[in-house]
Amino acid sequence: MIHVIDYGLGNVQAFLTLYKRLGFEATRAKTATDLTGATKIILPGVGAFDHAIELLNQSGMRPTLEALVVQDKVPVLGICVGMQILASASDEGHLPGLGWVPDKVYAFRANEQSASLPLPHMGWNDVQPKPGSLLFAGLESDARFYFLHSYYFECDEPSHVAAVAAYGFDFSCAVTAGNVYGVQFHPEKSHHFGTKLLKNFAEL
Amino acid sequence: MLRPRITPCLLVHKGGLVKTIGFKTPKYVGDPINAVKIFNEKEADELIVLDIDATVNNAELDYRMIANLAAECRMPLCYGGGIKTPAQAKRIISLGVEKVAISSAAVEHPELITQIADEIGRQSVVIVLDVKKRLFSKDYDVFTKNACTNTKRSVFDLAAEAEKLGAGELVINSIDLDGAMTGYDLALAEKIRQAVNIPISILGGAGSLDDIEALIRTCGIIGAAAGSLFVFKGVYKAVLINYPSLAQRDELIRRAFY
Repeated sequence: MIHVIDYGLGNVQAFLTLYKRLGFEATRAKTATDLTGATKIILPGVGAFDHAIELLNQSGMRPTLEALVVQDKVPVLGICVGMQILASASDEGHLPGLGWVPDKVYAFRANEQSASLPLPHMGWNDVQPKPGSLLFAGLESDARFYFLHSYYFECDEPSHVAAVAAYGFDFSCAVTAGNVYGVQFHPEKSHHFGTKLLKNFAEL
Repeated sequence: MLRPRITPCLLVHKGGLVKTIGFKTPKYVGDPINAVKIFNEKEADELIVLDIDATVNNAELDYRMIANLAAECRMPLCYGGGIKTPAQAKRIISLGVEKVAISSAAVEHPELITQIADEIGRQSVVIVLDVKKRLFSKDYDVFTKNACTNTKRSVFDLAAEAEKLGAGELVINSIDLDGAMTGYDLALAEKIRQAVNIPISILGGAGSLDDIEALIRTCGIIGAAAGSLFVFKGVYKAVLINYPSLAQRDELIRRAFY
């Protein structure tokens, strides 16, 4: 069963509708008890980094979620800010992130290669997956996804990069560390490209 | 490469979809949910839905309709119409809408832009400016309340102010060209592109894919929004929801950047 974390951020319904259409069982998790039996977890998110961490803490799900992901190695997919909070820290906030992909999130505005570009980075951009990435199976060429963000993930550890996109420079638009996955773009709003990616995650 | 966006803009009036000319004479063109389903099939880049009754009637928002649209919509959705408070904006986002569009309220109370950006993040705040060209001038006045009230403020000043206050995107909507299908006001688009450094979309005037190509050639990575073009077909303007295929869009963008 795929559990979509509902902590008040992100489009939970879009994931449920999409998985139903694909024939996968998916459910909304609002409490720690709801997480029982999760074999896949989706962590959506929009908005600011600290706000997302605060809401996740307030939801009461965080300890159970950490046990599932860190001890039981249940695959988790963070989306947008849900991806950024996988990091250890962000330029955008003061609170520590989950640290499951122990890198950092930076502001496009503070990077001289992207500082003069319109921000947020908004719209459909090409995504180049790293060879062998399971999340991007079948999306190796001509994949594009919808982005809406002003901060970007930077991996100090190269093996954490699952895909890159260009906005002034190549940034890590998908990350991976063991059973933890994250994508900066919105697969739930990226038509057949996103559907394929979410199907890949369900079939991991 | 980040691509220019080609965005259908749908107007809701009395629960149905309409298309106006010069912000007047709304013509019924169909059911909103049905239109969303068609744009899903066409894999549209994104969608803007504006409720044109909400501000004028001072009505509470139709959250049920917004939730239904968001549940059906498989592309990014921007909803606008009648939003006056951060709480309303937050509720719309929680229904699964990616961006909220604010127009009259943001022009009358600019501090609202900052308040809403603080609540939902600036990336989700879209400011819509309805504009009319000034007589004997290269400037444009911003109007509110469905083009009924002239604020007599320059669009370029208000655009820069909206960016400073926390807007994540601007939609510049030409009242003069609404429904005209004679091409975008490229001079306006170019000046707006130079005035701000946030994403912008231009609405009003698109009558063909060539018009969209011309906008992209002039402004580069920009949002090309259109109403009539995507709901009417042919010289007699028969109602037929249409949208270019992925291959057509790629070809259009390739030509525009050539």
